[in-house]
Amino acid sequence: MRLDALEAILLIPAAAAGVLAVFPSYKLTARLNVLAAFLTFATALSLFAVEPSSGQYLLLDDLNRVFIALTTLIGFTTSLFSASYIGHEIAIGRLTPILIRFYHAMYQVLMFAMNLALVANNIGLMWVAIELATLTTVLMVGMYRTHEALEAAWKYFILGSVGIALALFGTILVYMAARPVVGEGLDAMVWTVLITRASQFDPALLNVAFVFLLLGYGTKVGLAPLHAWLPDAHAEGPTPISAVLSGLLLNVALYALLRFKLLLAVNTGAIAPGPLMVIMGLISVIFAALMLYRRRDIKRMFAYSSIEHMGIIVFAFGMGGPLANFAGLLHMTMHSLTKSAIFFAVGHIAQVKGTQKLADLGGLTVSNPVLGWGLALGVVAIAGLPPLGIFMSEFLVVSSTFARAPWLAILLGIGILIALGGLFLRLNTVLFGDPRGPTAPTEASYVPMFVHLAIVLAAGIYLPPTFVSGFQNVANLLG
Amino acid sequence: MGRLEFDIAHLLAGSLVLISFMMLYQDRLYALLNTYALHAGVLALSVAWQAFVQQAPHLYITALIALGFKAIIIPLALHRIIVRLGIHREVETAVGFGLTMLTGIGLVALAMVLMLRITPGADPLAREDLAFSLSVVLLGLLVMVTRRNAVSQVVGFMSLENGLVLAATAAKGMPLVVEISIAFSVLIAFIVIGIFLFRIRERFDTVDLQALDRFRGERR
Repeated sequence: MRLDALEAILLIPAAAAGVLAVFPSYKLTARLNVLAAFLTFATALSLFAVEPSSGQYLLLDDLNRVFIALTTLIGFTTSLFSASYIGHEIAIGRLTPILIRFYHAMYQVLMFAMNLALVANNIGLMWVAIELATLTTVLMVGMYRTHEALEAAWKYFILGSVGIALALFGTILVYMAARPVVGEGLDAMVWTVLITRASQFDPALLNVAFVFLLLGYGTKVGLAPLHAWLPDAHAEGPTPISAVLSGLLLNVALYALLRFKLLLAVNTGAIAPGPLMVIMGLISVIFAALMLYRRRDIKRMFAYSSIEHMGIIVFAFGMGGPLANFAGLLHMTMHSLTKSAIFFAVGHIAQVKGTQKLADLGGLTVSNPVLGWGLALGVVAIAGLPPLGIFMSEFLVVSSTFARAPWLAILLGIGILIALGGLFLRLNTVLFGDPRGPTAPTEASYVPMFVHLAIVLAAGIYLPPTFVSGFQNVANLLG
Repeated sequence: MGRLEFDIAHLLAGSLVLISFMMLYQDRLYALLNTYALHAGVLALSVAWQAFVQQAPHLYITALIALGFKAIIIPLALHRIIVRLGIHREVETAVGFGLTMLTGIGLVALAMVLMLRITPGADPLAREDLAFSLSVVLLGLLVMVTRRNAVSQVVGFMSLENGLVLAATAAKGMPLVVEISIAFSVLIAFIVIGIFLFRIRERFDTVDLQALDRFRGERR
C-alpha cells in the first residue's frame, strides 16, 4: 500500500476538527486551524511524488491530484484570511467564542469532506462525502442567525438536499447498470472498475443515470436553473465560507460530474454528455451575466459572477477535446484563486464599512488604498482582461470553440462581455467614486489576497512548462 | 424468485406510491405527519421483505432504522414541535389539490414509462421497484414544491428519501445501503429538527417560508 499520504490528507483535517472543537481560546484555535490546513496542503503537494494507485475506497490519479492541490492550497490561504476575519468578528461581538469553536471544527470537517470526495474511488463514498460537505456549509452559512442568514441556510439546505437526493438516484442507476457486467457487491461501485467495464453497460440506464447526476451534482455546481441557493448562501454566511464555497465546493461537485462524464464517454451506445453540459453552461453564463446588472449587495454580486464562471468551465468541459479541457482546467484554477482573493478583499471591506450594500460603498481606492486596489485588481482579473490568467483561459475556451462551433463561441463571448460590463458598471463607484462610510484602518491580512492575485498575474504572463504538461496530461485523460 | 415473493414486494412498493399520493391532499399538518409515519412503516416492511427475499441480513438494519427512526421517532418529534410552535392548523398549499393530483398522476406515468422502457434487461422485481421508487421521489418533490410550510417541506423531503431507500434496497447486492440510510437519517435528524425549526421559530415567530421571503436582502 502506497496510499499513506493519501490517507494523511483525510486524517489531518479529521483529527484537527476534533482538537479544534475542544480548545476554548479562539486565538489558539485560529492558529491551529492554519497549521492543520498548511499540513494538509504540504501533504497534498507530496502526492505529486507518489505513483497513482487505487484501492477499494481510495484513488489517486492525475485528475484528482490537481483538484486536491488546488483545494488544499485555497483551504490553507483561506484559513489565514479567516484568522484575521474572525478576530474582527469577535471584537465587534458578532460571533461568540463558542460559535468560533464550532466554526473552526466545521471548517476542518469541510476540508475533510472535500478531500474525501476527491480521493473516493467508490461512487457511494463520493456521494456521502459531498453530502457531508453540504451539511457543514449549511451550518456555517446559518451561523450569524440573522433573518437573512437563516433563510439562506434553509434554502441552501432544501435545494442542496434535493440535489443530493437526485444524485443518489443517479448513483443507484449506475450501480444497476454495472451489476450485470461487474457482478454484485462492492466492485460495482468502484470507479476504477467501472471505467474499465463501462463499455459493456446498458447505455439506456447510463443515459438516465447521467441526467440525474447532472441535475443532482449540477445543483451543487450552481448551474443556471438550479442555482437559486448560491447567491443567498454566499451573501449571508461568514466571508471565509463564501470564499471556500466559490473557490472549492463548486469545483468538488464539478469533479464528481467529470468522473461520470468519463464513464459515459467510454460507452459508445450512450448519449454524448458534452452537449448537455454545453447547454447548461451557456445558459448559466448568459443568465448570470444579465443578473449582474441589478445587484445591490457586493457578495451577492460576486456569487452571480461565480455562477457565470462555473458556466464557462462546464461549457469548456462539455466541449471536450484536449484544448477545451485544458482551458477548462486552467479556468477553474484561475477562477478559484481570483474569486477567493476577491472574497478576502470584500470580507475586510465589509468589516471596515460595516455594510455589504453596494450603494453604501464608495471610493475604496481612496479610503482604503490597499484593499481597494486589491479588489480592483481582482475585478480586472475576474472580468477577464489581459494580462491576467483568466483572460488567457477565457480566450482559450472561446477560441477552441470557434474552430468547432462558431455560434456557440459567439454566444459565449457575448455572455462574457455582458458580465464584464455589469461588473465594471456596478463596481466603478465602489472603487473610484467619492469615499463613503467609515474609513477606519483595519487589521487585515493582505498576504493571502495578494499571493492569489500574484499567481493569477504570473499565470497570465508565463505558464511554467511543468504546469502546462501536467494540465495537458489531465486534459487528455478527460477525453 | 417465486410468484408470491414477487407479488408481496410489488404490493408493498405499490402501496408506497399510493401513500405518497395520500400526502398530496392532506391539508392538516397532523394528518400529513400520520400519513408520513404510515409511509415509513410500509417502507420498513418493504425493506424487511427485500432482506428476506435477497437473504441479505444487513438490510434488516435499514428496515429497523426506517421503522424506529422514521416511522416513530421523527413523527413524534415533529408532533411536539408543531404543538410547541402552535401551528397545528391548516397546511397552506401553493397550488390547488386537483391540479396537484393531476400533476402527481402525470409524474407517476412519466416514471413508469421512463424506467420500464430503459430496463428491459434487468430482473423484473428490481425493474418495477425502480419505477415505483422514481414515482415516490417525484411525488416527494411535488409535495415540497406545493407546500410553503417548513415542516411540510421537510415531510416531503423525507418521503422523497424513502423512495431512494426503496431504490437502493431493490438494487440487489448494492453496497453501502445501510451507511447511506444512516447518513440520510443523520441529515434529517441533525439539521432539520435539532437546529433549523427551533431557530426559525426563535427568530421569525412563524415557520411559514412566505414570511421568510420578506427578509430577502434583494427585495427591501
